[in-house]
Amino acid sequence: MKIPLSYNLRNLWTRRLTMSLTIGGIALVVFVFAAVLMLAEGVKQTLVSTGSDDNVIIVRKSAQSELVSAIGRESVSNISTFPEVAAGTDGKPMATADVVSIVNLSKKGTKGMANVPVRGVSSGSIAMRPQVKMVEGRMFQQGSSEVIVSTTVASQFEGAGVGQTLQIGTGHWMIVGIFDAGKSGFSSEVWADAEQLMLAFNRPVYSSLTVKLKSINDFEGFKNRLQADQRLNDLEPKREKTFYEEQSQGMAIFIRVLGLIITIIFSAGAMIGAMITMYAAVANRTVEIGTLRALGFQRRSILAAFLIEALFLSLIGGSIGLVIAAFLEFVSFSTTNFSSFTELAFGFHLTPEIVVSTLLFSLFMGLIGGFLPAVRASRLNIISALRAS
Amino acid sequence: MAEAIVQVHNVTKIYKRDKLEIPVLQNITIDVPEGEFLALMGPSGSGKTTLLNLIAGIDRPNSGSIVIAGTDISTLRESALAKWRSRHVGFVFQFYNLLPVLTAYENVELPLLLTHLSKKEKREHVEMVLNVVGLSDRMKHYPKQLSGGQEQRVAIARAIVTDPTIIVADEPTGDLDKKSADEILLLMERLNTEFKKTIVMVTHDPRAAEKAHKVRHLEKGDLLEN
Repeated sequence: MKIPLSYNLRNLWTRRLTMSLTIGGIALVVFVFAAVLMLAEGVKQTLVSTGSDDNVIIVRKSAQSELVSAIGRESVSNISTFPEVAAGTDGKPMATADVVSIVNLSKKGTKGMANVPVRGVSSGSIAMRPQVKMVEGRMFQQGSSEVIVSTTVASQFEGAGVGQTLQIGTGHWMIVGIFDAGKSGFSSEVWADAEQLMLAFNRPVYSSLTVKLKSINDFEGFKNRLQADQRLNDLEPKREKTFYEEQSQGMAIFIRVLGLIITIIFSAGAMIGAMITMYAAVANRTVEIGTLRALGFQRRSILAAFLIEALFLSLIGGSIGLVIAAFLEFVSFSTTNFSSFTELAFGFHLTPEIVVSTLLFSLFMGLIGGFLPAVRASRLNIISALRAS
Repeated sequence: MAEAIVQVHNVTKIYKRDKLEIPVLQNITIDVPEGEFLALMGPSGSGKTTLLNLIAGIDRPNSGSIVIAGTDISTLRESALAKWRSRHVGFVFQFYNLLPVLTAYENVELPLLLTHLSKKEKREHVEMVLNVVGLSDRMKHYPKQLSGGQEQRVAIARAIVTDPTIIVADEPTGDLDKKSADEILLLMERLNTEFKKTIVMVTHDPRAAEKAHKVRHLEKGDLLEN
């Protein structure tokens, strides 16, 4: 590179109005691009953080969600006695058999209803799910028609505050507490006593069994033992994180594909914008290009100079778009998770990978938009360029 | 007599516009000895600028040879020719052709970016030539902050900063008022007498031609005999 960078930067500054408009266009596209990736990542993180590393969830084979899974009482007690399962402070196996169903609640501010997952849990559940903490009221009592709701459910649905009642199955259930489950999938749920819930829904079986392993490395042994048992061969153990990650895939892929299609269409516009700006730059500076070539600067130096300008332009646009997108971290909302057709609360999440791919994407737009004008600049005939005025 | 530093032999230049062939120079032969100050004159379209461009290595002849300081530049490839120009030719243009976003200092430094000189050496060269053209106090000025005459002096500084073999000037006074033109001509004369620079200048201006040692006239692509 022989032509000084200051030449490029000052030229950008000289045409700051057109440059700002082009930068704005690129920033907009990059914003959408980053937002899509952040959303897909947010969904993934929400569901993945629902799981713990050393927890194993057992569901019916090929069940994609707990809603379509079933596991009998006998299987639950068999598996809970596996030697790989950790024991709690009371000496009992750390296991929770959950029953998951859905209730229909009306969403605040809309006329619509949404499906909210109701999870029946056993007494050991809280100990195995450290991300769940009571923030208001108290825990429900075993054997009673009491429920606790997540902060998200309490804030987003009508009649979901402490002291109010929810219609679940055939009965009315009293809300006695509100829990916070961080950014996990539990934060979109209503929790109740598993046995009471099974009675209400008239279900004889659980949906899933979650056990805590003594060690993360015990998973293979646990899995082999389960699969070797003839009575349990309709069940499948999965690491809890893997299970929830699989649940997030459909949704995350949908967001990514839809978002990327929109971004690609947008980016064509931004690239054409960058191209027009750079063609105008070449046209405005034809005499300068002729002069530089006459002084002995090679074609490739001219090519590089204009490419650098385009790349710089796109990098500024990309950075602005990324900074604006970063503010989305503070936004959170809920929508239906297609894997379970239940309401899922999540937010945008920015990762270093997203930062890198977003900046690369903006550089790519600059490269494509700047390439043809740069080639044109480098191929100008010196005599004609010097004569242009 | 020493061998001429510029040897143009049997050069023909034809421009093609669509299918039309326009002969611009026909079988031109001219030698320029080292240290010469040559003025090329002639009416518009006579081919004088084309001849200057060929000598400067920014255009190529259709036939004939152009040997400058022992190198036949008509056979050089594109990138080698660019390199050759950076070492051997100093350009002075009618409209100065300074880069508007660079200061006077940076404009003069531009050709040195293609050399391997150290930063310090570059600074010394730039400061020296700006001193020669009398603009040491305008180093940090941008072209638009300078008068036409000052701009052309910066351009001359840029042309001599690499100590080139020849200086080519295309109507160097064509855009200047009389006073500034006189200053520029005086400066060019000084470059020739004091610094022994070989100069080939295209001009319409008889006063400019007066400063040259030798004046050759072109007409319709032919070099007239003196």
